[in-house]
Amino acid sequence: MKVRVWRGGTSGAFQAFDVPRYPSQTVLDVVTHIQRRLDPTLAYRFACRVGMCGSCAMTVNGVARWTCRTHVDKVAHGDSLEVSPLKNLPVIRDLVTDMREFFDKWARAKGQFKGGRTRNDDFEKVMPETEGRRVADAGIECIGCAVCYSSCNVVAANPAYLGPAALNRAWTLVNDAREKDNPERLRAVAGDAGCHACHTHMDCTERCPKHLSPTAAIAGLKRATAKAALKGEL
Amino acid sequence: MNQTILWMAQRATAAILAVCVAVHLATIVYAVQGGLSAAEILGRTRGNAGWLAFYSVFVLAAAIHAPIGLRAVLGEWLHWRGASREVFLVLFSLLLLMIGMRAVLAVFS
Repeated sequence: MKVRVWRGGTSGAFQAFDVPRYPSQTVLDVVTHIQRRLDPTLAYRFACRVGMCGSCAMTVNGVARWTCRTHVDKVAHGDSLEVSPLKNLPVIRDLVTDMREFFDKWARAKGQFKGGRTRNDDFEKVMPETEGRRVADAGIECIGCAVCYSSCNVVAANPAYLGPAALNRAWTLVNDAREKDNPERLRAVAGDAGCHACHTHMDCTERCPKHLSPTAAIAGLKRATAKAALKGEL
Repeated sequence: MNQTILWMAQRATAAILAVCVAVHLATIVYAVQGGLSAAEILGRTRGNAGWLAFYSVFVLAAAIHAPIGLRAVLGEWLHWRGASREVFLVLFSLLLLMIGMRAVLAVFS
Protein backbone atom coordinates (compact mmCIF):
# COMPACT_ATOMS: atom_id res chain seq x y z
CA MET A 1 0.00 0.00 0.00
CA LYS A 2 1.23 3.53 -0.82
CA VAL A 3 1.01 5.78 2.23
CA ARG A 4 1.68 9.51 2.07
CA VAL A 5 2.44 10.99 5.49
CA TRP A 6 2.79 14.68 6.38
CA ARG A 7 6.30 15.55 7.53
CA GLY A 8 7.31 18.86 9.07
CA GLY A 9 5.38 21.60 10.84
CA THR A 10 2.95 24.13 9.36
CA SER A 11 5.16 24.10 6.30
CA GLY A 12 6.35 20.71 5.18
CA ALA A 13 5.60 18.06 2.60
CA PHE A 14 4.16 14.58 2.22
CA GLN A 15 6.58 11.67 2.34
CA ALA A 16 5.68 8.39 0.65
CA PHE A 17 6.07 4.98 2.30
CA ASP A 18 5.30 1.42 1.21
CA VAL A 19 3.42 -0.40 3.94
CA PRO A 20 2.20 -4.03 3.79
CA ARG A 21 -1.58 -4.60 4.03
CA TYR A 22 -2.93 -6.90 6.76
CA PRO A 23 -6.45 -8.01 7.59
CA SER A 24 -8.22 -5.77 10.12
CA GLN A 25 -5.39 -3.25 9.88
CA THR A 26 -6.12 0.16 11.39
CA VAL A 27 -4.70 3.51 10.28
CA LEU A 28 -2.88 3.66 13.62
CA ASP A 29 -1.29 0.28 12.79
CA VAL A 30 -0.04 1.80 9.53
CA VAL A 31 1.47 4.86 11.23
CA THR A 32 3.04 2.64 13.94
CA HIS A 33 4.52 0.36 11.27
CA ILE A 34 6.14 3.36 9.58
CA GLN A 35 7.64 4.64 12.83
CA ARG A 36 8.87 1.26 14.08
CA ARG A 37 10.09 -0.24 10.79
CA LEU A 38 10.68 2.53 8.27
CA ASP A 39 11.42 5.88 9.91
CA PRO A 40 11.80 6.21 13.70
CA THR A 41 11.77 10.03 13.49
CA LEU A 42 8.05 10.12 12.63
CA ALA A 43 6.13 11.95 15.40
CA TYR A 44 2.53 10.96 16.25
CA ARG A 45 0.35 10.50 19.34
CA PHE A 46 -1.57 7.55 20.69
CA ALA A 47 -2.21 5.95 24.05
CA CYS A 48 -5.06 3.49 24.60
CA ARG A 49 -5.52 2.02 21.07
CA VAL A 50 -9.15 1.17 21.90
CA GLY A 51 -11.06 4.41 21.30
CA MET A 52 -11.12 5.73 24.84
CA CYS A 53 -8.36 8.29 25.24
CA GLY A 54 -8.95 10.55 22.23
CA SER A 55 -5.26 11.13 21.47
CA CYS A 56 -4.74 9.47 18.06
CA ALA A 57 -7.01 11.58 15.85
CA MET A 58 -5.53 12.53 12.47
CA THR A 59 -6.70 13.56 9.03
CA VAL A 60 -7.02 10.43 6.88
CA ASN A 61 -7.62 10.95 3.16
CA GLY A 62 -8.88 14.45 3.96
CA VAL A 63 -11.26 13.46 6.76
CA ALA A 64 -10.61 13.76 10.52
CA ARG A 65 -10.83 10.33 12.18
CA TRP A 66 -9.81 8.43 15.32
CA THR A 67 -7.09 6.31 13.75
CA CYS A 68 -7.09 3.44 16.27
CA ARG A 69 -10.67 2.50 15.36
CA THR A 70 -10.49 3.32 11.66
CA HIS A 71 -9.88 0.29 9.46
CA VAL A 72 -7.74 0.80 6.38
CA ASP A 73 -10.25 -1.22 4.31
CA LYS A 74 -12.95 1.37 5.02
CA VAL A 75 -10.99 4.53 4.17
CA ALA A 76 -8.23 3.64 1.66
CA HIS A 77 -8.69 4.97 -1.87
CA GLY A 78 -7.78 1.79 -3.72
CA ASP A 79 -4.28 1.08 -2.53
CA SER A 80 -3.39 4.54 -1.24
CA LEU A 81 -3.71 6.37 2.02
CA GLU A 82 -2.86 9.95 2.96
CA VAL A 83 -2.32 10.78 6.64
CA SER A 84 -1.86 14.34 7.89
CA PRO A 85 -2.34 16.20 11.20
CA LEU A 86 -5.73 17.47 12.37
CA LYS A 87 -6.89 20.70 10.73
CA ASN A 88 -7.68 23.94 12.64
CA LEU A 89 -4.84 23.30 15.11
CA PRO A 90 -1.18 24.39 14.93
CA VAL A 91 1.11 21.57 13.83
CA ILE A 92 4.04 20.86 16.16
CA ARG A 93 5.68 18.19 14.03
CA ASP A 94 4.53 15.55 11.55
CA LEU A 95 1.18 14.20 12.82
CA VAL A 96 1.26 15.95 16.22
CA THR A 97 -0.82 19.07 16.75
CA ASP A 98 -0.76 21.61 19.56
CA MET A 99 -4.04 20.94 21.42
CA ARG A 100 -3.70 23.82 23.91
CA GLU A 101 -6.15 26.16 22.18
CA PHE A 102 -8.67 23.32 21.88
CA PHE A 103 -8.61 22.60 25.62
CA ASP A 104 -8.28 26.27 26.63
CA LYS A 105 -11.60 26.77 24.89
CA TRP A 106 -13.19 24.14 27.15
CA ALA A 107 -12.07 26.30 30.08
CA ARG A 108 -13.37 29.46 28.35
CA ALA A 109 -16.75 27.74 27.87
CA LYS A 110 -16.78 27.11 31.65
CA GLY A 111 -16.23 23.40 31.20
CA GLN A 112 -15.36 22.87 34.88
CA PHE A 113 -18.01 21.39 37.14
CA LYS A 114 -18.86 23.57 40.14
CA GLY A 115 -21.20 21.93 42.63
CA GLY A 116 -22.70 23.36 45.77
CA ARG A 117 -21.98 20.50 48.18
CA THR A 118 -18.98 19.60 50.30
CA ARG A 119 -17.56 16.22 51.31
CA ASN A 120 -19.60 16.46 54.50
CA ASP A 121 -22.91 16.57 52.61
CA ASP A 122 -24.76 13.54 51.32
CA PHE A 123 -24.68 12.68 47.59
CA GLU A 124 -27.14 14.58 45.47
CA LYS A 125 -29.54 12.12 43.89
CA VAL A 126 -30.05 12.56 40.14
CA MET A 127 -32.78 10.31 38.75
CA PRO A 128 -31.92 8.67 35.40
CA GLU A 129 -35.32 9.43 33.90
CA THR A 130 -35.21 13.19 34.51
CA GLU A 131 -35.00 15.42 31.42
CA GLY A 132 -31.72 17.06 32.46
CA ARG A 133 -30.00 13.74 33.13
CA ARG A 134 -31.22 12.33 29.80
CA VAL A 135 -29.94 15.36 27.86
CA ALA A 136 -26.59 15.35 29.70
CA ASP A 137 -26.21 11.61 29.02
CA ALA A 138 -26.50 12.27 25.27
CA GLY A 139 -23.33 14.37 25.28
CA ILE A 140 -21.31 13.04 28.17
CA GLU A 141 -19.26 10.37 26.36
CA CYS A 142 -16.99 12.87 24.59
CA ILE A 143 -13.36 11.68 24.62
CA GLY A 144 -11.87 15.05 23.65
CA CYS A 145 -10.30 13.81 20.41
CA ALA A 146 -10.86 17.12 18.55
CA VAL A 147 -12.22 15.39 15.44
CA CYS A 148 -15.26 17.70 15.60
CA TYR A 149 -13.10 20.79 16.10
CA SER A 150 -10.91 19.82 13.16
CA SER A 151 -13.96 19.20 10.94
CA CYS A 152 -15.75 22.45 11.84
CA ASN A 153 -16.02 25.09 9.06
CA VAL A 154 -16.86 27.80 11.57
CA VAL A 155 -13.63 27.22 13.52
CA ALA A 156 -11.77 27.55 10.23
CA ALA A 157 -13.48 30.88 9.45
CA ASN A 158 -13.62 32.28 13.00
CA PRO A 159 -10.60 31.24 15.08
CA ALA A 160 -12.13 32.64 18.29
CA TYR A 161 -15.10 30.22 18.02
CA LEU A 162 -15.18 27.88 21.03
CA GLY A 163 -16.03 24.93 18.83
CA PRO A 164 -18.32 21.89 19.08
CA ALA A 165 -16.54 19.95 21.84
CA ALA A 166 -16.30 22.83 24.32
CA LEU A 167 -19.93 23.83 23.69
CA ASN A 168 -21.07 20.20 24.01
CA ARG A 169 -19.32 20.06 27.39
CA ALA A 170 -20.99 23.30 28.48
CA TRP A 171 -24.40 21.90 27.48
CA THR A 172 -23.92 18.75 29.60
CA LEU A 173 -23.19 21.01 32.60
CA VAL A 174 -26.15 23.29 31.86
CA ASN A 175 -28.27 20.14 32.23
CA ASP A 176 -26.50 18.92 35.38
CA ALA A 177 -28.88 19.36 38.32
CA ARG A 178 -25.90 19.70 40.72
CA GLU A 179 -24.22 22.50 38.77
CA LYS A 180 -24.30 25.96 40.41
CA ASP A 181 -22.46 28.11 37.88
CA ASN A 182 -24.84 28.08 34.94
CA PRO A 183 -25.73 31.79 34.63
CA GLU A 184 -22.04 32.56 34.22
CA ARG A 185 -21.64 29.61 31.82
CA LEU A 186 -24.46 30.85 29.59
CA ARG A 187 -22.79 34.27 29.44
CA ALA A 188 -19.53 32.58 28.47
CA VAL A 189 -21.03 30.54 25.62
CA ALA A 190 -23.27 33.25 24.10
CA GLY A 191 -22.17 35.47 21.25
CA ASP A 192 -19.90 35.58 18.22
CA ALA A 193 -17.30 33.22 19.69
CA GLY A 194 -19.94 30.95 21.21
CA CYS A 195 -23.06 29.04 20.26
CA HIS A 196 -24.49 31.83 18.08
CA ALA A 197 -21.62 31.47 15.61
CA CYS A 198 -22.69 27.90 14.72
CA HIS A 199 -24.19 27.64 11.21
CA THR A 200 -25.58 24.14 11.82
CA HIS A 201 -23.51 22.58 9.04
CA MET A 202 -23.35 19.48 11.26
CA ASP A 203 -19.84 18.45 10.21
CA CYS A 204 -19.10 17.82 13.91
CA THR A 205 -22.07 15.52 14.28
CA GLU A 206 -21.28 13.68 11.06
CA ARG A 207 -17.66 13.09 12.06
CA CYS A 208 -17.90 12.45 15.83
CA PRO A 209 -16.48 8.94 16.36
CA LYS A 210 -18.64 8.54 19.48
CA HIS A 211 -21.79 9.41 17.49
CA LEU A 212 -22.60 12.38 19.72
CA SER A 213 -24.42 15.41 18.36
CA PRO A 214 -22.61 18.61 19.30
CA THR A 215 -25.00 20.35 16.89
CA ALA A 216 -27.93 19.41 19.14
CA ALA A 217 -25.98 20.61 22.18
CA ILE A 218 -25.26 23.95 20.50
CA ALA A 219 -28.93 24.30 19.51
CA GLY A 220 -29.79 23.66 23.18
CA LEU A 221 -27.40 26.41 24.25
CA LYS A 222 -29.00 28.80 21.75
CA ARG A 223 -32.41 28.11 23.33
CA ALA A 224 -31.06 28.37 26.88
CA THR A 225 -29.25 31.66 26.21
CA ALA A 226 -32.37 33.07 24.49
CA LYS A 227 -34.50 32.19 27.53
CA ALA A 228 -31.90 33.71 29.87
CA ALA A 229 -31.76 36.88 27.74
CA LEU A 230 -35.55 37.25 27.84
CA LYS A 231 -35.45 36.93 31.64
CA GLY A 232 -32.65 39.52 31.80
CA GLU A 233 -30.19 36.99 33.24
CA LEU A 234 -27.63 37.06 30.47
CA MET B 1 -26.46 39.61 25.53
CA ASN B 2 -26.46 41.73 22.34
CA GLN B 3 -25.53 38.82 20.10
CA THR B 4 -28.20 36.65 21.69
CA ILE B 5 -30.77 39.34 20.88
CA LEU B 6 -29.46 39.61 17.31
CA TRP B 7 -29.84 35.83 16.98
CA MET B 8 -33.41 35.94 18.29
CA ALA B 9 -34.22 38.87 15.98
CA GLN B 10 -32.88 36.95 13.00
CA ARG B 11 -34.88 33.85 13.91
CA ALA B 12 -38.10 35.84 14.44
CA THR B 13 -37.72 37.81 11.20
CA ALA B 14 -36.92 34.57 9.32
CA ALA B 15 -40.31 33.22 10.39
CA ILE B 16 -42.01 36.43 9.20
CA LEU B 17 -40.08 36.42 5.92
CA ALA B 18 -41.02 32.81 5.20
CA VAL B 19 -44.69 33.84 5.15
CA CYS B 20 -44.08 37.16 3.39
CA VAL B 21 -42.00 35.64 0.58
CA ALA B 22 -44.58 32.91 -0.01
CA VAL B 23 -47.44 35.44 -0.22
CA HIS B 24 -45.33 37.76 -2.39
CA LEU B 25 -44.44 35.00 -4.89
CA ALA B 26 -48.00 33.68 -5.00
CA THR B 27 -49.22 37.23 -5.70
CA ILE B 28 -46.73 37.69 -8.53
CA VAL B 29 -47.72 34.38 -10.13
CA TYR B 30 -51.40 35.28 -9.79
CA ALA B 31 -50.90 38.74 -11.28
CA VAL B 32 -48.82 37.48 -14.21
CA GLN B 33 -51.08 34.54 -15.03
CA GLY B 34 -54.18 36.69 -14.83
CA GLY B 35 -52.53 39.12 -17.27
CA LEU B 36 -52.98 42.14 -15.03
CA SER B 37 -51.53 45.37 -16.42
CA ALA B 38 -49.42 47.76 -14.32
CA ALA B 39 -52.37 50.14 -14.13
CA GLU B 40 -54.66 47.35 -12.90
CA ILE B 41 -52.15 46.32 -10.23
CA LEU B 42 -51.74 49.90 -9.06
CA GLY B 43 -55.52 50.20 -9.02
CA ARG B 44 -55.64 47.44 -6.44
CA THR B 45 -52.71 48.55 -4.30
CA ARG B 46 -53.35 52.32 -4.19
CA GLY B 47 -55.06 53.29 -0.97
CA ASN B 48 -55.19 49.68 0.18
CA ALA B 49 -54.12 49.68 3.84
CA GLY B 50 -53.83 45.86 3.86
CA TRP B 51 -51.13 45.77 1.18
CA LEU B 52 -49.42 48.76 2.79
CA ALA B 53 -49.26 46.94 6.13
CA PHE B 54 -48.15 43.64 4.55
CA TYR B 55 -45.29 45.13 2.54
CA SER B 56 -44.23 47.44 5.38
CA VAL B 57 -43.82 44.39 7.64
CA PHE B 58 -41.99 42.61 4.80
CA VAL B 59 -39.54 45.49 4.33
CA LEU B 60 -38.97 45.91 8.08
CA ALA B 61 -38.28 42.19 8.54
CA ALA B 62 -35.85 42.16 5.60
CA ALA B 63 -34.07 45.28 6.93
CA ILE B 64 -33.51 43.49 10.25
CA HIS B 65 -32.79 39.99 8.89
CA ALA B 66 -30.35 40.70 6.07
CA PRO B 67 -27.79 42.83 7.99
CA ILE B 68 -27.54 40.21 10.78
CA GLY B 69 -26.74 37.52 8.23
CA LEU B 70 -24.35 39.85 6.41
CA ARG B 71 -22.65 40.51 9.77
CA ALA B 72 -21.55 36.87 9.99
CA VAL B 73 -20.48 36.84 6.33
CA LEU B 74 -18.32 39.97 6.80
CA GLY B 75 -16.79 38.52 9.97
CA GLU B 76 -16.00 35.12 8.56
CA TRP B 77 -15.06 35.92 4.97
CA LEU B 78 -13.49 39.37 5.27
CA HIS B 79 -12.49 39.16 8.97
CA TRP B 80 -14.24 42.49 9.42
CA ARG B 81 -15.22 42.77 13.09
CA GLY B 82 -15.50 45.60 15.61
CA ALA B 83 -17.38 48.90 15.70
CA SER B 84 -16.85 49.88 12.05
CA ARG B 85 -18.66 46.72 10.90
CA GLU B 86 -21.65 47.49 13.17
CA VAL B 87 -21.86 51.09 11.87
CA PHE B 88 -21.75 49.82 8.28
CA LEU B 89 -24.53 47.31 9.03
CA VAL B 90 -26.77 49.93 10.65
CA LEU B 91 -26.34 52.07 7.52
CA PHE B 92 -27.04 49.04 5.31
CA SER B 93 -30.19 48.32 7.33
CA LEU B 94 -31.34 51.93 6.94
CA LEU B 95 -30.67 51.74 3.19
CA LEU B 96 -32.82 48.60 2.88
CA LEU B 97 -35.54 50.25 4.94
CA MET B 98 -35.41 53.42 2.85
CA ILE B 99 -35.48 51.87 -0.64
CA GLY B 100 -38.00 49.25 0.51
CA MET B 101 -40.42 51.74 2.00
CA ARG B 102 -40.00 54.04 -1.00
CA ALA B 103 -41.27 51.21 -3.21
CA VAL B 104 -44.10 50.35 -0.79
CA LEU B 105 -45.27 53.97 -0.63
CA ALA B 106 -44.98 54.33 -4.41
CA VAL B 107 -47.57 51.62 -5.03
CA PHE B 108 -49.78 52.82 -2.15
CA SER B 109 -50.11 56.53 -2.89
